[in-house]
Amino acid sequence: MSKHEITVTVNGTEHTEEVESRLLLVHFIRENLDLTGTHIGCDSTSCGACTIQVDGQTVKSCTMFAVQANGKSIKTIEGMANGAELHPLQEGFWEKHGLQCGYCTPGMIMQADHLLSKNPNPTEEEIRWGISGNLCRCTGYNKIVEAIEYAADKMANSETEAETA
Amino acid sequence: MIPGEFDYYAPTSLDEAVSLLSKHGDDAKILAGGQSLIPAMRYRLALPEILIDITGIDGMSYIREDNGHLAIGAMTTESELEDSELVQDGYDMLSDAAFVIADPVVRNKATVGGNIAHSDPANDHPAVMLAYGAEVICLGPGGTRSIPIDEFFTGLFENSLGDDEILTEIRVPRPAANSGTAYIKIERKVGDYAISAAAVNLVMDGDTVAGARIGLTNVSATPMRARNAEAAIIGKILTDDVLEAAGAAAGAECDPAADLRGTVEYKRDLTRVLVKRAIKKAASRAG
Repeated sequence: MSKHEITVTVNGTEHTEEVESRLLLVHFIRENLDLTGTHIGCDSTSCGACTIQVDGQTVKSCTMFAVQANGKSIKTIEGMANGAELHPLQEGFWEKHGLQCGYCTPGMIMQADHLLSKNPNPTEEEIRWGISGNLCRCTGYNKIVEAIEYAADKMANSETEAETA
Repeated sequence: MIPGEFDYYAPTSLDEAVSLLSKHGDDAKILAGGQSLIPAMRYRLALPEILIDITGIDGMSYIREDNGHLAIGAMTTESELEDSELVQDGYDMLSDAAFVIADPVVRNKATVGGNIAHSDPANDHPAVMLAYGAEVICLGPGGTRSIPIDEFFTGLFENSLGDDEILTEIRVPRPAANSGTAYIKIERKVGDYAISAAAVNLVMDGDTVAGARIGLTNVSATPMRARNAEAAIIGKILTDDVLEAAGAAAGAECDPAADLRGTVEYKRDLTRVLVKRAIKKAASRAG
């Protein structure tokens, strides 16, 4: 069995742990770090429930080994809110009812955040295409698209306010 | 689903990676984006004793034009390919494919080199690279060599790379001004493999097809060219009859397996239709 010491920054906090080489990143996040907001859905790289950001890029954390995250910076759903203040995407999912059971929501929000970082003003089509690797079995997606549109608008407005302030 | 145990190495240079491969041979697998290998390990379809992770080697991710071809570093991600203006501006078939490979999250990790080295006929790049007439560059203990794509795929998940060789670059010839290319894929849902897909590269002489290369996805055990379909259009004007003959030839010469995506008959017929559509689309882009 091969074990490796890794140092990973997760939501701004550095963690150093010894891990088995076959430990999947999603298990490291949920079980070693106790950050259970990242979900395991299909276990087979299909559903996107385990989507997180590694060095600013979204990845399905069931399809990466923890040892590969050594030296990298990770953001999970727990890193989105600023204390008690929800991120505009979280607020959008709340306001627009972008979830029912909520299982896909953390992965959906991490991918939506990545999408908005690349394209702050996406069309509906671009949003739908952008979240096409994240499956939701409840909402039919319409409310998720509205939630992401809400966040894009709010983030654009807060930037305008910041510029005019 | 937990993968089997393995030893993990993360070399920081290609030479180090090659010497690890030389030492461990068939027991070792290269880990690139891992988007095919890790799921296979989780299902225990792959049980490598050693993984050599090449993601930490600098300089393997690039897209640039050199001497009439597009050079794609093996570790270039599918997202980088999708976003590349060079690809969007000059390589229509590659751009078509980049947009439909796996899903947007998987594309952030999945690599072009991994897609080809995995040599899965269900992957999209093999057919596209066959249609482009690409070249695969690899590095082994004896140095670098180039493998024409027509000699690269040798079977299901098998290719002509040696156990101690690493795929480092793919070279895609720049299509001539009078050529047109297209890739059309039908999938059940985003992220699934193609039911069938057609990659078509035409060189036109006025209305006549002067040259053609056609690749097919997921309708054979080894990634394949539809050579009878190519022969059906070369030297011809693309009338409805000629298109139908090419589609019918492709449907007949492919060798799909029945699965949840459809029966053999359905896949042959879909291949017929997709080849016709992709030829039309490629021809419309020529000139």
